[in-house]
Amino acid sequence: MGLGIRLCRWRRLLTRIDNPNPINPDEHLLTCDMIDSLVELPAQGTQSGVFDETDLLAQARTGDTRAFSGLISHYEGKIFRLAQHITQNREDAEDVLQETFLKAYEHLDQFQGNSKFYTWIVRIAVNQALMKLRKRKTDRSVSLDEGIDTGEDIMIREIAAWDEDPEQRYSRAELNEILDSAVQSLAPTYRAVFVLRDVEELSTEETAEALELSIPAVKSRLLRARLQLRDKLTSFFKRKGDDAFAYM
Amino acid sequence: MTPLLTCKEFLQELSEFLDETTDADIRAKLEKHTTECPNCWVICDTTKKTIKVFKGMQACAIPEDVHARLMAAMEKKNAAKVKA
Repeated sequence: MGLGIRLCRWRRLLTRIDNPNPINPDEHLLTCDMIDSLVELPAQGTQSGVFDETDLLAQARTGDTRAFSGLISHYEGKIFRLAQHITQNREDAEDVLQETFLKAYEHLDQFQGNSKFYTWIVRIAVNQALMKLRKRKTDRSVSLDEGIDTGEDIMIREIAAWDEDPEQRYSRAELNEILDSAVQSLAPTYRAVFVLRDVEELSTEETAEALELSIPAVKSRLLRARLQLRDKLTSFFKRKGDDAFAYM
Repeated sequence: MTPLLTCKEFLQELSEFLDETTDADIRAKLEKHTTECPNCWVICDTTKKTIKVFKGMQACAIPEDVHARLMAAMEKKNAAKVKA
């Protein structure tokens, strides 16, 4: 529902745009049939409908590329969505997707297994995505360490009650645009934390590990991201005729 | 008698309150504050709805062309590794 569907629509539209870095078809060593067969691979790691990556990881560590392809098939959608959220750009997101799995494949022997494989590749993806943002901003670097919060700057601009299901006031397309624009308005440091915690639903600990932040930093940024988004959405979702309460 | 929370203290605990990760005694204080402060009740309720609306987003299948280019890049990398 929501943004995901709009992203699908965008992706369909954007598939017509030429890839700026086209891969020479002659260099493709993978035929369409092979790709199709790889798409079916998640079943290898599925037991009773629950994905179990343990076997796939063990096989991939021995150099089994089909097993690694199974891991890709399971996680590529989430990594692509995460990359799109952070970079806000489809081409950059596709680069991030490729770089993430190429790096993961190359350094698979460094994955200790102390964390989930997903958390490990999320960390790679976030770093790649932030590098893209840094390249875009030549005048200012983007770091997850910047802007350490002091707890003194919680901003509440508007206080007004919302409808019970405010999102129903808008069409799906309108809602997606509202949500997308709200996420885009967040600083990258808050956006990454919010997307991992409240969209990808990683735990605080997993988010801290993926972003190499302390747990208090994740909590502090999540609070600010949520409150900033609440502020943004209030102008769209507040109950009609229900003006703001007195300012705090 | 436990001291009353200020609105600022309430906001600082809001995220963990909504995630239900606060200790029972702090939770009780926060709940009491929402019954006494209409502004904080609204902020709490609308922040809860903010989280809910974003959690409703679902990942959709990756576009076929993006998947195909990823697999081609992987295969190229593997071929280079084998040659080396």
